[in-house]
Amino acid sequence: MTTIEIDHTSRWFGNVVAVNDVSMTVGPGVTGLLGPNGAGKSTLINMMAGFLAPSTGKVTLDGKQIWRNEAVYRAIGIVPEREGMYDFLTGREFVVANAELHGLDAAAAGRALATVEMEYAQDRKIATYSKGMRQRVKMASALVHDPSVLLLDEPFNGMDPRQRMQLMELLRRMGAEGRTVLFSSHILEEVEQLASHIEVVVAGRHAASGDFRRIRRLMTDRPHRYTVRSSDDRALAAALIADPSTAGIEVDTTEGALLIQAVDFGRFTALLPQVARAHGIRLLTVSPSDESLESVFSYLVAA
Amino acid sequence: MYDPTVARLTYRALLGRRRAAILFVLPVLLVAIAVAVRAFAGADDDVASGVLGGFAIATMVPLIGVIAGTGAIGPEIDDGSIVYLLAKPVKRPTIIFTKLIVAIGVTMLFSAVPTMLAGFILNGNGGQIAVAYTIAALVASIAYSALFLLLGTVSRHAVVFGLVYALVWEALFGSLVPGARTLSVQQWSLSVAEKVAGEGLVTSDVGLPLATVLLVGVTVVATWYAGQKLRALKLAGEE
Repeated sequence: MTTIEIDHTSRWFGNVVAVNDVSMTVGPGVTGLLGPNGAGKSTLINMMAGFLAPSTGKVTLDGKQIWRNEAVYRAIGIVPEREGMYDFLTGREFVVANAELHGLDAAAAGRALATVEMEYAQDRKIATYSKGMRQRVKMASALVHDPSVLLLDEPFNGMDPRQRMQLMELLRRMGAEGRTVLFSSHILEEVEQLASHIEVVVAGRHAASGDFRRIRRLMTDRPHRYTVRSSDDRALAAALIADPSTAGIEVDTTEGALLIQAVDFGRFTALLPQVARAHGIRLLTVSPSDESLESVFSYLVAA
Repeated sequence: MYDPTVARLTYRALLGRRRAAILFVLPVLLVAIAVAVRAFAGADDDVASGVLGGFAIATMVPLIGVIAGTGAIGPEIDDGSIVYLLAKPVKRPTIIFTKLIVAIGVTMLFSAVPTMLAGFILNGNGGQIAVAYTIAALVASIAYSALFLLLGTVSRHAVVFGLVYALVWEALFGSLVPGARTLSVQQWSLSVAEKVAGEGLVTSDVGLPLATVLLVGVTVVATWYAGQKLRALKLAGEE
């Protein structure tokens, strides 16, 4: 059982506050650190990894301070987001070096490479690897010493769907084994597929914490806005407003479109095509007008 | 204090980069100059001393020191790969000390060996000149490596600062402002060479006792401070 505790921690860079009075506890299992780009996820992970001192507050691993404490790395494995990784080495040489730095031998490196299924390319130079292969070798380097904590910064960035699934499967396994796995992402679906527990940060603040279903509901239950164009806007508007899933409709005559505010996301998306078909109306455009991640998150912060 | 894995990664990174070409070019240039001078001017102690003091010690050794010293750590900090060293239960001063040893080794190899070779070509070690300047190069390699390794640890523009120190401070100010010579690795190393070489062939503005204290002091303090800076190295802040 290894727990990372972030206690009233802030971190600023000059005048910019990257992390603002955040407290959270990350325990065994897979935790997703979710937030838009620039929310402070990397800053948080860097403080948990001991690469950055908190400006105020404490970041500890099982009660021991992480900053300036090399001993914590016996328990922590880190998969950084940055790509720099001794490209002139082969995958095997790289992982063996990482094992040696932990006082382990080549056999540990071999096991880690097998875990990430990279044995087939281990004798090629890292410079020749694809993004997904690099990511897996980074994983292997983080796993050589069988750490109880695994920290991953945006691990799925730039991976193709198959690599993404493999990595998710691996992280799920690590979590199920009782390791404390924390990964950051700005993509809700990624986090939802993998993490049982979610921490949301927005603009440096801790916006939400808990089970992903609850957070997902918070996110999907907010009012949604849609821009809809059809063969008969007024008839469609009349039919839709009769249903409680729709809170308001504006007919935008200059744009030739309906601006619809839906309160029940699931019900509205099922209703719209049904209503259109029943009234013989053709839908030309259906586009969510405030689906940007930032607006989703800012709604969450306000909630 | 010394970690063989860190050493292996460091020297492979150091010699694997394009920058490393300078490590080979300068010694070749020195030897070529020595051959040319010997062919045209014959063996002459003063000429030999001029070439070794003017090019080998004043230019080549500091330049190689900059490449090896800053190159032993700077690029890893720049591209973030230092993470893989830092995220290990290895003491940060151990990382610095190991990198220092590698930087010293590389600087000595690429500066002292060609200096010795050039000295023998120039005048067959007459007046102990080849040996004297080789010792100066060896001594200077240690101090330069420590100094430039520290620079590589604290600054992203270490190469520029290193070149400014090596070329502007030591070469330019050193020749214009006598006081500046007291604070010059080159002069300290020459004071060691002065003791070895024949009478009047090598001169230094710094006495040997002071030079020794400064050489040891700079090396120890720079290495200790680099270790402290690495302990507090912040790898983030680019969000």
